[in-house]
Amino acid sequence: MWQGVYDELKDRGLMVVSVALDSGGARTTRPWIDAAKPTYPCFIDERHVVAELYGMVNVPNAVWIDEEGRVVRPSETAGSSDSFRTHLDRPTKQMSAEGLAERQRLRTEYFDALRDWVLTGEASAYALPPDEARRRSPVVTDEHVLAAANFRLGQFLHAAGHRDAALPYLAEARRLHPESWSYRRQTWELEQPGKAGSPTFWAAVDELGDRAYYIPFAMGGARRTPQSPHAPGRE
Amino acid sequence: MITLLYGTRPPHRAAAAPEGRNLWLSAHDFAAATGWELKPEGFCQADRCVRIPPGRGIVDGQRVNLSAFADLLEHPVVRDEAHGVWALADAAPARRAALQSLEAPDFTLPDLDGRPHALSEYRGKKVFLVSWASW
Repeated sequence: MWQGVYDELKDRGLMVVSVALDSGGARTTRPWIDAAKPTYPCFIDERHVVAELYGMVNVPNAVWIDEEGRVVRPSETAGSSDSFRTHLDRPTKQMSAEGLAERQRLRTEYFDALRDWVLTGEASAYALPPDEARRRSPVVTDEHVLAAANFRLGQFLHAAGHRDAALPYLAEARRLHPESWSYRRQTWELEQPGKAGSPTFWAAVDELGDRAYYIPFAMGGARRTPQSPHAPGRE
Repeated sequence: MITLLYGTRPPHRAAAAPEGRNLWLSAHDFAAATGWELKPEGFCQADRCVRIPPGRGIVDGQRVNLSAFADLLEHPVVRDEAHGVWALADAAPARRAALQSLEAPDFTLPDLDGRPHALSEYRGKKVFLVSWASW
């Protein structure tokens, strides 16, 4: 998904770092990586360390980090939308033409913003000023950190071959941090391979009702300018 | 033996046995597991030290009570008695402060062939850090 943008912008100072939040490790990720053959680095994060450090809650979520190691866009949905909820035929996993067009439109918008930042740096309207980046930073609650401890323990026990002992901790991580679809889907998958895409998943998606699966991202409108008629970034 | 999982650090195995809700570790195991050093100033990590309040059973000579340490730093603790595994996560205020600092936290992870890479290897470039998964 990111190869095109990397090819185009790697000589302009962009590095794409992809992280597989995947407790299956090389075993489950290798077929995907072998098929996509990305030339940018792909790291395998069995413990979901990056999700915890950056507050990621789904895939794809992305963070933009400048040359000095400063976050200019905190974790957010990376060019995806909930169009799959209405435009995907669940039995065949085929997306309607309308759904495909919507997906393409969002990706193009996202790639355009990424390109603008790479080429123009902090002058880009998409490089958030620090106040706005802080405002958009993920919120971490006591429940979320307790979820992280439970996930860590469950994932460790599962990897050590103690599946039955692991499951209650994994379920507790899900319960404590229900907004984290990466916890939900990963822990389902550890319960039973394939469960992350099973009717259990779709029932949970349907249960969202009006709430988003992919939190909508607002690319522009963040730069504070004197001409701004209203508070920035609250569109 | 106890396996300690502290934040996002790798697991550490220590020769220790829980006494009720307390788990006493040697200062060496404590530092290896958590990255915090026991010093005269208190618990120290990088350029930061936390004073150890007396009378709370946190430290005994060169031993540290992990449960009392967790209470002091407000780390949530989850333990599996049957397998002797303790997991401690960062406290929520510390995680919030880290995110609000806008400093990109470094991490080291393997690639498909098991070779470790640190995010900081790419300092000086604009990094687009993006998640995916097979599930």
